[in-house]
Amino acid sequence: MDRIPILKMGEFLLVTIQVDLYDRLALTLESDLMNMVSRTEAKGVLIDISSVSIVDSFMGRILGNIASMSKIMDAETVVVGMQPAVAITLVELGLTLSGVHTALDVEMGMELLRNKIGPKPNEEEDLYDDII
Amino acid sequence: MMTLSKENFEIKREPDVILYRNRAKELAAKIGMSLVGQTKLITAASELVRNMLRYAEGGTGIIEVVVRNNIKGIRLTFADKGPGIKDLKLAMQDGFSTGRSLGLGLPGAKRLSNEFDIKSEPGKGTTVTIIRWKNGL
Repeated sequence: MDRIPILKMGEFLLVTIQVDLYDRLALTLESDLMNMVSRTEAKGVLIDISSVSIVDSFMGRILGNIASMSKIMDAETVVVGMQPAVAITLVELGLTLSGVHTALDVEMGMELLRNKIGPKPNEEEDLYDDII
Repeated sequence: MMTLSKENFEIKREPDVILYRNRAKELAAKIGMSLVGQTKLITAASELVRNMLRYAEGGTGIIEVVVRNNIKGIRLTFADKGPGIKDLKLAMQDGFSTGRSLGLGLPGAKRLSNEFDIKSEPGKGTTVTIIRWKNGL
């Protein structure tokens, strides 16, 4: 069966979707991701859709589901790299992707995730020292 | 309106959808449709094909290159022999779904098309036809 690879990068999971999805493949990705979040205790999920030429209502719903499930499991989700034509189409279709964080590219997405989960504990101590 | 070319696709399984979508996109690009136009066309196609697979166990997808007043366009037809739609007016409303989806399929596909036509008869099946013109923005 086809599967989309999920990479672990520190406390984040990275997914680059390189193929056009059909429904079964998207559902498999959804459950694989949740299992990985649970197993690796990941704090963030970054999904790169820059190679995806079509996001329809089903795919949009899956992205929304991934974001809300991750949230329940204490991980943030950022979707990056949406093509302009896809964004224009999504809005006309009537899909707002509410609850999903977005960023322009992988780099900015990583930055957003780092900010979302806040400074690491030892960095927090340094901050405390400064205040004293 | 004149038809310049016509291709039929049997759509029975999800991966068939990708083949159909790719061919529609290829032809749309060939007649000079903008990338946004192509994306709207195949997104509408994706919604309509999903309906066919979910509610009617598949059907036939047709891709035609058509021309009217010297303007080319792509006409997509989705024909199934499924249970049909009881209340078309209700089915065309945003947010209405019998299948626990978002209910954007039919109304969304209509918004993404320049022309949209749906015929359905309970017990006999449903046929949806959409057109996007090359200059349809």
